[in-house]
Amino acid sequence: MLDDTKKIFIQESEELLEQMENALLEMEQVPDDAEHLNSVFRAIHTIKGAAGIFGFDAIVAFTHPVESVMDNVRNGIRLVDPDLVALLLKCKDHTANLVESISDGQEDISEALLEAGQTLLDELNPEQKSGALDVVKNKRENIEVSDRKNASDDNWVISLDFKSDALRNGLDPLSFINYLKRMGEIVEIITFTHDFPCWEDMEPESCYLSFRIALLSSASKEEIKSVFEFAMDDCELRIIPPRSELEKYLALLEELTGEELNKLGELLIQVGALTEQELSNALQVQSSVLSDDAATQEVKPLGEILVEQHVVSKGVVDKAVEKQESIREKIAQETQYIRVDADRLGQLINLVGELVISNAAVKLLVEKHDLADVQEVVNGVEGLVENIRDHALQLRMVQIGDTFSRFRRVVRDVSKDLNKDVELVITGGEAELDKTVVEKINDPLTHLVRNSLDHGFETPEERVAQGKPKKGVLRLNALHDSGHIVIQIADDGAGLDTKKIRKKAEEKGLIYAGQELSHREILRLIFEPGLTTKDTASNISGRGVGMDVVKRNIDALRGSIEVDSERGKGTLVTIHLPLTLAIIEGFMVGVEKERFVIPLSMVEECVEMDTNEWHLDKNSHYVNLRGQVMPYIKLSEFFGVNYQHGRRGRESLVVVRVGRAKAGIVVDRLFGELQTVIKPLGKVFQGLKGVSGATVLGSGDIALILDVQGLIGLASAKASDVKTLESV
Amino acid sequence: MSIVTRELNGVHFFEINDELTIYTAAMMKQELQDLLSKQDELEISLEKVSDIDSAGVQILILLHQQAEKKGKALRFIKHNRQVIDVLETLNLEAFFGDPIVLPAKEFEYA
Repeated sequence: MLDDTKKIFIQESEELLEQMENALLEMEQVPDDAEHLNSVFRAIHTIKGAAGIFGFDAIVAFTHPVESVMDNVRNGIRLVDPDLVALLLKCKDHTANLVESISDGQEDISEALLEAGQTLLDELNPEQKSGALDVVKNKRENIEVSDRKNASDDNWVISLDFKSDALRNGLDPLSFINYLKRMGEIVEIITFTHDFPCWEDMEPESCYLSFRIALLSSASKEEIKSVFEFAMDDCELRIIPPRSELEKYLALLEELTGEELNKLGELLIQVGALTEQELSNALQVQSSVLSDDAATQEVKPLGEILVEQHVVSKGVVDKAVEKQESIREKIAQETQYIRVDADRLGQLINLVGELVISNAAVKLLVEKHDLADVQEVVNGVEGLVENIRDHALQLRMVQIGDTFSRFRRVVRDVSKDLNKDVELVITGGEAELDKTVVEKINDPLTHLVRNSLDHGFETPEERVAQGKPKKGVLRLNALHDSGHIVIQIADDGAGLDTKKIRKKAEEKGLIYAGQELSHREILRLIFEPGLTTKDTASNISGRGVGMDVVKRNIDALRGSIEVDSERGKGTLVTIHLPLTLAIIEGFMVGVEKERFVIPLSMVEECVEMDTNEWHLDKNSHYVNLRGQVMPYIKLSEFFGVNYQHGRRGRESLVVVRVGRAKAGIVVDRLFGELQTVIKPLGKVFQGLKGVSGATVLGSGDIALILDVQGLIGLASAKASDVKTLESV
Repeated sequence: MSIVTRELNGVHFFEINDELTIYTAAMMKQELQDLLSKQDELEISLEKVSDIDSAGVQILILLHQQAEKKGKALRFIKHNRQVIDVLETLNLEAFFGDPIVLPAKEFEYA
């Protein structure tokens, strides 16, 4: 069983790894960008730290050398090249594997995984084979070694440079050093003699002494500093904390629970890395620069001044800045985000759905009993319920951008494998849709992207030969359109070969030889099971399973998929998806006593029977609406509704549209808009054509929700002579 | 004169017979300079240094450097307890490189 903290580690690591991957991919483009470098470093560093806390030694052992490499890169010791980035990506993958093996609940990392890690590390540091494996195996031994090492250099280093007037001012450096002995053991002292003046120039009463002292002491920086309190004006004093003290500062910084945002200096004083006086000195420097040269010079950050004055080590300042940043982020995030269990949200939305239905029931009763005074209140409640519904649904909305950016890696890896040069351009990533939809769209999208990379794009040589830019462009775009989200995957590759598709389809018996098909209809064949135009199957695509699965997945989401392609120019796949699967605005229509709901977003217009605006052509199954011809379907016929009185009421026409396809639905009555809580149909009914779900009406009756897309398809099939007209 | 010439068992050496502090630094510098300019080889006893402070140490350091520069042989001998302490504190024994011998008298006390 995983405990909660482990879960948090795993979740955070996954997020960090994702960040790391994105940053690495950016680095590939812009190798010198410090920001990405830092974010890679921070990611690996944080994972290492967290792994250490939780005792995942294998992760620590692997990430530590990776971090060191990144540190070298940051310090300019190692250069970023594509090979290194590729290697780091592999390291990221390996780390992900390690994290995953923990999430699988494995206590011990498998030998194979460890060896894979070692191979990577060896590649990373070709000259020195770091023995991460041994680190894990001989952990105890290692700790002992490092303990001993610590002891030898765990000293305060005090640098003491007296000014020339020190002696004249009655100070005796010797006495300070003698006094310092009380603070601890002077392990080493170096008296600098090399910058003494020559004998002739020497003024006997001037002071030329400077010392470097290594002090082993448990005293704090402030205490050590107090030794030199009286000499402050006559000497330059720098106290460099021992390594353990550095680690203590870092640990303290880490532990600081920042409820409020502290200034950098305050943070450093809080952990003891900085004394009050050092801070005020530094601040003085900062402000003097400001007043001296306010116009031309930028104010130096405090941290930089402190490092310059050697008051605090760079590592500590960096850490403090990082801490400051993370506190700031945390504060910002806390105000913006709360992590909520997705199940709870689901429950809330279900309840809101019930509320919508109950509200409809109340409204119905109020109308029935003609309670004018209650009516007003009910209207108010209805408005509120609508608001609650919108907000509740909004809670589950996530941006599609995260899903899109995962494809950076896919595009990079696959195109590399295939020796193609493809750039991914993402737009519209801020478009939002329901989280449940996002989760389900990932697989179909992956299929499409891979397909495009494999079939669509030509090799760079072929592209150049055709006069195209060497680098192909794959575009992922998302936009909102009439209550739907539209996702487009566009490439500027070879396009689909309709002749080939036709030939294959004939071979498979999907169409008759010589059957007349429009360009669009041929293209649509690629969604038929078992059809591929690729002659050889690769491990990426081409096995002819995929496009039909993609279509099925999209259908299951009540969405639609269309493909458009021009030979030599490229292919555009457009997916329409409903924004949510829970509650929609519906349009209720009736046939005899049955009620049906059409998603309002798909309704173009409603036309009453009496007008002369439309005519049914029963023979060829099309309707002529003001000169526009489209297929139609009669719900009463389609569902086989029996008219009890043998009498037909006035008929009305509802024009629906999905993407470019339009059709008319002929109904008996129009009821108008309705908040529709979608209830999935039982398994038995899932194969039903033309129905996608059901909803409960205020009266307690059930209304079926029409699968508009399916109906359009059926209508088009019936009106076989009449081509589906495309809206302009 | 704070520096006197002495003879022990037929060997001549100089003995600082004063404190080596900020108060005597100027004078000491002058006297030692004179001494160094006249002698090519000299031994200076520190046995009678009554007090030594940072200024005194500086003088010794500089004198040592100057002697080296001029190619003269300078040795400090007969360090007394106080001088030894200071040199030890500042870790300067190796710098001067003179053999430090604990005075027999003190050794007896110890």
